[in-house]
Amino acid sequence: MSDIFSILRDHGLLLLVGQYPNGPIGGLALTFALSVLGIALAFPISVVIALARMSPFAWLRWPATTLVYLVRGVPLLMFIFWIYFFLPLLTGHAVSGFSTMLITLVIYQAAYLAEVVRAGIEGLPSGQAEAARAVGLSYGQTMRKVVLPQALYNMVPAMLSQFVSTIKETSLGYVIGVNELTFAASQVNSTLLTKPFEVYAILAATYFILCFALTQLARELERRIARRRAGVVAPVKPALIVASAVSDTPARS
Amino acid sequence: MKLDLDFSVLARGDYPQWIVQGVITMLELTALAWLLAAVLGTVLALLRMTDSRLCKMAVAAYVEYHQNVPMLVQIFLWYFGIPSLLPESVQMWANAVGGEFMFAVIAVGLCMAAYLSEDLRGGLRAIPRAQYEASRALGLSYLNAARLVILPQAARIALPTMVNHTVLIFKNTSLAMAIGVAELTYVTREIESQSFRTIEVYLLSTVIYLAVSLLIMAGGAALEQRYRIRTR
Repeated sequence: MSDIFSILRDHGLLLLVGQYPNGPIGGLALTFALSVLGIALAFPISVVIALARMSPFAWLRWPATTLVYLVRGVPLLMFIFWIYFFLPLLTGHAVSGFSTMLITLVIYQAAYLAEVVRAGIEGLPSGQAEAARAVGLSYGQTMRKVVLPQALYNMVPAMLSQFVSTIKETSLGYVIGVNELTFAASQVNSTLLTKPFEVYAILAATYFILCFALTQLARELERRIARRRAGVVAPVKPALIVASAVSDTPARS
Repeated sequence: MKLDLDFSVLARGDYPQWIVQGVITMLELTALAWLLAAVLGTVLALLRMTDSRLCKMAVAAYVEYHQNVPMLVQIFLWYFGIPSLLPESVQMWANAVGGEFMFAVIAVGLCMAAYLSEDLRGGLRAIPRAQYEASRALGLSYLNAARLVILPQAARIALPTMVNHTVLIFKNTSLAMAIGVAELTYVTREIESQSFRTIEVYLLSTVIYLAVSLLIMAGGAALEQRYRIRTR
């Protein structure tokens, strides 16, 4: 145990912010920056992909569906290498590890988030969109003013889980030398050489605290949203929805 | 950007053999990790159904740890961390027999057991308690009730998410390259750094990954079709 504290005392700052302020920022700060930027940039793209996936036009549906299946079927690591090798070829400039990782995460998460958004839209009663169209709203207005606000609100917990996935995925930046948390920890490990278990236990604990807190937050939000929907949106069958909201206590124990 | 693709490079020298070996290692990793995850996942799901608070809390802690720590970090902890706690003779033995493959199987398998147990738990919760009571009333033991009545139905409900997670196991075996397991991604990097035919090599392995993933998804869809409850 005392080993863990001395590692934290000597290298804690490196794990937290990397070489900053004497060098580039890294460690947990970079992990956080990558995941926040990644999910924030992926979100608007994911809405577009989700709408394209549900579009009546095949020329919109096909590329979006292909992207979703490509992302679902190919490891993230492969995507990282594709971007790593091809972005410089395409642009003619060297691309930093940070940008490589960010672009990969945006593409990957946009496809996964698109499925979340699609599930949210399809989960709404179809009467919502039909009523909006019947009142005379255009397709764009229906989506913007009626469907998306409700669907996205219901999807907040799922998006938070997707954010947790993004945090975990930034660890792959290690492979292309992005100085995020995992990379920083492996550097600490190679300076110390004799304490691999302690270093990687600290690393795992750091990710766990961050991700577990967010997961718990997502669950709490899910409970609240379910309660609100049970009260406001669907008064006809509250028993069913309440049952699924409190279903954290196993039905058969 | 000028593209002149030359796929004949991939047939040169030892490359075909490397690729085949890489694919075999990848599939072995997937199969063994899946087996470990499925067996352990079932045990964990059943443990969580028992009345013991201790069992429930232990399983919950197991699941939360494995779902909230990146798999790469779990692999590192197993490969770099755990052996340093073991006696030296065991470390030597692990190095001699190729410890990286074994630790990759353990890390991926244990992690995905958490996911599969949650899938199964979701399925189990969907089965009314009366089913269990009825099978006990008919004289089945706890284990037989679980094996013959509850689990088959729960597995059917859990199947779609289990298929998704099987694809995830398969995709995550690529992370084993980080500890030097010569699976497909590792081999791809090796060939790329020797031949400099980046596009060709990466295109080939991407197509292989995609093909196997789609195959797993199609297999899952076929199973769903087959075990669907027929209603009139």
